[in-house]
Amino acid sequence: MRVALFVTCVNDLMFPATGRAVVRVLERLGHTVEFPAAQGCCGQMHANSGYRAEALPLVRNFVETFAGYEAVVAPSGSCVAMVREAYPRLAAGDPDLAAAVNEVVPRVHELSELLVDVLGVTDVGASFPHRVTYHPTCHGLRTLRLGDRPLRLLRAVRGLDLVDLPGAEECCGFGGTFAVKNADVSSAMLADKCAAIRDTGAAYVAAADNSCLAHIGGGLSRQARLGSGAPVRAVHYAEILAGPEVHP
Amino acid sequence: MSGGAPGGTGAQRRRGDRRGHGNIVAPLPFPAAARRELGNPQLRANLRRATHTIRDRRARVVGETPDWAHLRAAGAAIKDDVLARLPELLEQFEAAATAAGATVHWARDAAEARALVTDLVRGTGSAEVVKVKSMATQEIGLNEALAEAGITVVETDLAELIVQLADDTPSHILVPAIHYNRRQIREIFADRMPGVDLDALTDEPAALAEAARRYLRDRFLNARVAISGANFAVAETGTLVVVESEGNGRMCLTLPETLISVVGVEKLLPTFRDLEVFLQLLPRSATGERMNPYTSMWTGVTPGDGPRALHVVLLDNGRTDTLADPVGRQALRCIRCSACLNVCPVYERVGGHAYGSVYPGPIGAILSPQLTGLDAGANRSLPYASTLCGACFDVCPVRIDIPQVLVHLRQRDVDARRGQPSPERMAMRALSWVMRDRRRYAAALRAARRGAAPLRLLTAGGEVRRLPWPLSAWTSSRDAPLPAARTFRDWWAERTAHGGREDGRDQG
Repeated sequence: MRVALFVTCVNDLMFPATGRAVVRVLERLGHTVEFPAAQGCCGQMHANSGYRAEALPLVRNFVETFAGYEAVVAPSGSCVAMVREAYPRLAAGDPDLAAAVNEVVPRVHELSELLVDVLGVTDVGASFPHRVTYHPTCHGLRTLRLGDRPLRLLRAVRGLDLVDLPGAEECCGFGGTFAVKNADVSSAMLADKCAAIRDTGAAYVAAADNSCLAHIGGGLSRQARLGSGAPVRAVHYAEILAGPEVHP
Repeated sequence: MSGGAPGGTGAQRRRGDRRGHGNIVAPLPFPAAARRELGNPQLRANLRRATHTIRDRRARVVGETPDWAHLRAAGAAIKDDVLARLPELLEQFEAAATAAGATVHWARDAAEARALVTDLVRGTGSAEVVKVKSMATQEIGLNEALAEAGITVVETDLAELIVQLADDTPSHILVPAIHYNRRQIREIFADRMPGVDLDALTDEPAALAEAARRYLRDRFLNARVAISGANFAVAETGTLVVVESEGNGRMCLTLPETLISVVGVEKLLPTFRDLEVFLQLLPRSATGERMNPYTSMWTGVTPGDGPRALHVVLLDNGRTDTLADPVGRQALRCIRCSACLNVCPVYERVGGHAYGSVYPGPIGAILSPQLTGLDAGANRSLPYASTLCGACFDVCPVRIDIPQVLVHLRQRDVDARRGQPSPERMAMRALSWVMRDRRRYAAALRAARRGAAPLRLLTAGGEVRRLPWPLSAWTSSRDAPLPAARTFRDWWAERTAHGGREDGRDQG
């Protein structure tokens, strides 16, 4: 299958390894990845902060860039949730844009949706011999309803010891601009999430969103430096799926 | 919270002003109020224990209800029908209640409602009233108004009584004293409950309940006037319904001679039969019970049984304004169950007082600013008091899409302030301009990467420990990642130049 990668702006600049991992996983499975260079930001930060007028040009750019692809994949639960939930609402006043949105949206998938539902794969043939816990980020959990798709993919990774995260369904406290506008509450939520992660004894915490992971990883690294517990590394689950190949 | 005198100020009573007033205006911006509450570790421990207990109980009883999704949809549909036909149903209710012997009054706002009720109580000649727990009367600041008029108010719901004795304000819709643990409650009773038997008063729940029961028994038996709210008002029959757990409501609704019920106009249900849906939704969502212990229904007056005079005060206080917003109006479906408070990770950390309104938590963040208008007090800060995690929408028994309304209200707030200078809007505009064009976007990525290069040399692990304002709010508790040495699109371009597919050079 020919798959267009929507890498997302945060990953493009801050976490390119996640984008490379998606390319590696899909190519290993025999698919062709394309990267339409006109892509930018999905507009989530604008829309969720109340800047509808500023989000609309980004919606237009997205639907123009990805029109005509059979499948679009993004390694971000919240960006896919933005496209699927908010785009139809944002485009509602503009019939042409609404039609373009309706055309593109059903073909946009979060990585685990593409792998499990579209490509029918749970074993991507990777190995990762570490103890891992998984934090289901809010938009993946409650907007996209990813369910156990990421967990099924991780369970099939050789050597990976997947441990449950108590209170997994609770928000980590990131929330986009919330992390800065309500930094104290955000930090209080983060402290509880980090404690739950450390208590699992995992070496890695995986998730489907690098923005949430930057918040969680930043908290874990700060706390480890200040002496509370062993460092736990935050990693996008795509990078685990791109781990060393165990069978050709 | 701002109670205000009965009758309100001139501005509040301005002709044509339909905005809500009362204890629904946050005096402090949410981040500042939240910081104050976060400084109280006992509060956080109390809240965590209490919210998780109710949350788990709710999940259990909802999980065993096979048609829950259908019940929720039915609840939402019935309430939407009410909101679409509100004027007609209100008149139907008024006619039915009046025919059954009730007197129906209309209050445009909190001030009118306070004045109406105060006059009604004065008219009875009684100087004391007993109260059933009621959000509408908390909203309008009724207790403060009655006290100013020299009338003694006795809250008879256990948690409301605790809050009243402590001279505090409620911090939860259903469990107003959720911020106290039983040791603190014992102290409040010991210090402030008239005639309490200190020898028998331990911090055992049974001992605390017994103390309240003894204190309240005399009040029930002597009360000539009671004040209540209502969970539902049936338009077809003129019936009012109160759902409760302790039986104090039943006492107040049946023993006194005069009963005054203050009811928000959105509490209507079209028919008696509609109660079937809501009496399943409410107790499961509120207390995690299949059925609540006491459900009282009354229709007008019945000679020889119950109150001889029934007054119903129908309260607008900003509800009509809220109804005018096609996205925001779904907040009026709310049946005050509190399920959204109990699952909210923000509420769990800061408690109800941080919201500065009798309606705290996710529903409060969309209800208070709509009832009062976004420019009242610090209410425009409330829609930002959420990570948009969506846990509230998942549990709402009438399917209020709270995250959608939060974003909508942020949009209204941003649009209302378009004329004023704002660094945030400048940044949002600039980012939007850059990101909709591939050349501008690529150039910006290169600039960000170059800008970060010297930082990368200075930080050992590629993590930043302190950033300048406004990102200092991030690094107060978190290290920050740096832009990567090579962006994804640069890696992709080099890879394509090398013939594409895996080239072993992906360690950027």
